[in-house]
Amino acid sequence: MRRALPAVGLLLIALAAWWWVASWDSVDDLLLASPSETWDALRDDRELLLDNAWVTLVEVLLGLAIAIVAAFALAVAMHLVRPLRDAAYPLLVASQAIPIFVLAPIFVLAFDYGIGPKLALVALISFFPIAVGLLDGLRSVEADLMKLMQSLGASRLFRLTRVELPAALPGFFSGLRIGASVAVIGAVFGELAGADEGLGRLIFLGNNQLETPRVYAGVVILTVMAVGLFALVSLAERAAVPWRTKT
Amino acid sequence: MPAKGAQLPPTLVKETTAVRLGGVERRFRDVEALAGVDLAVAEGEIVAIVGPSGCGKSTLLELVAGLQAPDAGEVEAPAAAYMPQKDLLLPWRDALGNAALALEAGGVRRSEARRRAAPLFERFGLGGFERTPPYELSGGMRQRVAFMRTLLPGRPLLLLDEPFASLDSLTRAEMQSWLAEALEAEPRTTLLVTHDVEEALYLADRVAVMSRRPGRVVAELEVPLARPRPRRETVTDPAFVELKEQALEALGL
Repeated sequence: MRRALPAVGLLLIALAAWWWVASWDSVDDLLLASPSETWDALRDDRELLLDNAWVTLVEVLLGLAIAIVAAFALAVAMHLVRPLRDAAYPLLVASQAIPIFVLAPIFVLAFDYGIGPKLALVALISFFPIAVGLLDGLRSVEADLMKLMQSLGASRLFRLTRVELPAALPGFFSGLRIGASVAVIGAVFGELAGADEGLGRLIFLGNNQLETPRVYAGVVILTVMAVGLFALVSLAERAAVPWRTKT
Repeated sequence: MPAKGAQLPPTLVKETTAVRLGGVERRFRDVEALAGVDLAVAEGEIVAIVGPSGCGKSTLLELVAGLQAPDAGEVEAPAAAYMPQKDLLLPWRDALGNAALALEAGGVRRSEARRRAAPLFERFGLGGFERTPPYELSGGMRQRVAFMRTLLPGRPLLLLDEPFASLDSLTRAEMQSWLAEALEAEPRTTLLVTHDVEEALYLADRVAVMSRRPGRVVAELEVPLARPRPRRETVTDPAFVELKEQALEALGL
C-alpha cells in the first residue's frame, strides 16, 4: 500500500495540472474537457461507455490469447531450430515496423467489420514483445546447467520442458507486461478503421459530434484498462515466478 | 551420520582400474589446454587434482564425463555423475525435486524419483528441508542438495568440479568433513578438482598436481592416512604438513 502513495500523488498532481490548463479562457472547450466535465461524462454516459468498453476488453483479451499461443509456438520453434531463428528474426522485427494505422484499414477490408480484424491487430501488436521475451528467456539458461543436463542423459524434450521453459517464465512475463499494455492500442486502431461498437469507435464518433468530454471519458477508461492489465500480469508473474523476487 | 564402511587397504584397491587417461591432449584454437595427461584412478579411490587456475582441470573432468572428446590420447571411464562448481539448482523445484532431477532426467517417473530421493535427506542432514525452495537454503545446504542429485543416479564414478569454491571458508571446512563422511557412507570412485591444496590432501587418497597451461600431471602424492579423517588432528599431523609442502613445491609456490 505504501508503495502506491507516490503513484497516487503524481496522479493528483497531473489531475491538478489538467484542471488548471482546462480553466484557461484561451483553451477551447472543444479541444480540452476539464476533469469535472470528464467525470460528468463518465457518470452520465456510464452505460454507453461500459457497454463499449466491454467490447474493447473482449477484443484485447482474445487478441492477447492469440498472441501468447502464437508467440509460444514460434519462440519454441525458433529456439529449437537454429536456421529458423536466423531466418525468422528479421521478419519478426519487420512486423513491428509496419505502422499499425496503415495496416488497420487493410485488415478491415480484407476481413470484415466484425471482431476478426481487431483480434488480428491486437495479436500483431502484442505478439512481438511476448515472442522476444520468450526467446531471450529460453536462451537464458546457463551453459553449465545444460552441460549438467546432458551429462545426466536428459533428452532434448526433457531439457526444454523441465529446464528451458520454466527458466523462460520471467522473460515471458516481461514481454507479456509490455504486450498487455500496448494491446489496447491495437484494438482502438481496429475500431477506428471500421466498427459498430467499442471504445475506439465511441471516441471517433465523439470527436465528430463535438462531444469532447465523452472522448476524454473514453480515453480514461482505455488507460485504466491498460494499467489494470499490466497490474494483472504483474500479479500473475508473482504467483508463477516466486523466485524472481527472492533471489 | 552413516556407519563407517569397511576400508580396503590401498594396495588391494589398486588392482582394478576405474579411470585411465593416457597421453590426453586437448586444444582450443591456439590454446593448448592439456598436453599429455596420464592418470589412473583405482576403483573406490578418491583422487584430487590440484593446479593453478586455467591449467585445464575442468576440461579434464569434462573429458572423463564424456562431455568433450580429446584431440589425442585415450580416456577410459565408466558412466560418471558430474557435479559442477555452481550448484545449479532449479529455483522452481523444491529441494527434494532438485535432488530427484537426475533420476527424472534418466527416465524415472517424477513421483518415483522423489520417493527414492527422500531417504537421503535424513541421512545427509537435510531432514525437514525437502519442500524448501533452493533460494531459501544456505550455500552449504544447496551444495548438499546438488551432491545428492549427483549421487542418486547410482553411477560408479563421481566427478566433483571445485564443489566448495563458492562457499566461505568456515562453511567449506564443514562441507569437506561432510563430504568425507558422505563418501564413507556411499563409497564411489571420485575425481575431485580443486585449487585448494589442503582440501585435496584432506579428502583424497592421492593427489595429482597439475602444471600451468598447457596442463600435465607433474606430481602424484599418496596420502597414507585412513579415511575419513578427523579434521584438526589431520591438518596438524606432521605427515600431512610434509605432504602439503611437497604439493606446494610441485605447484611452484
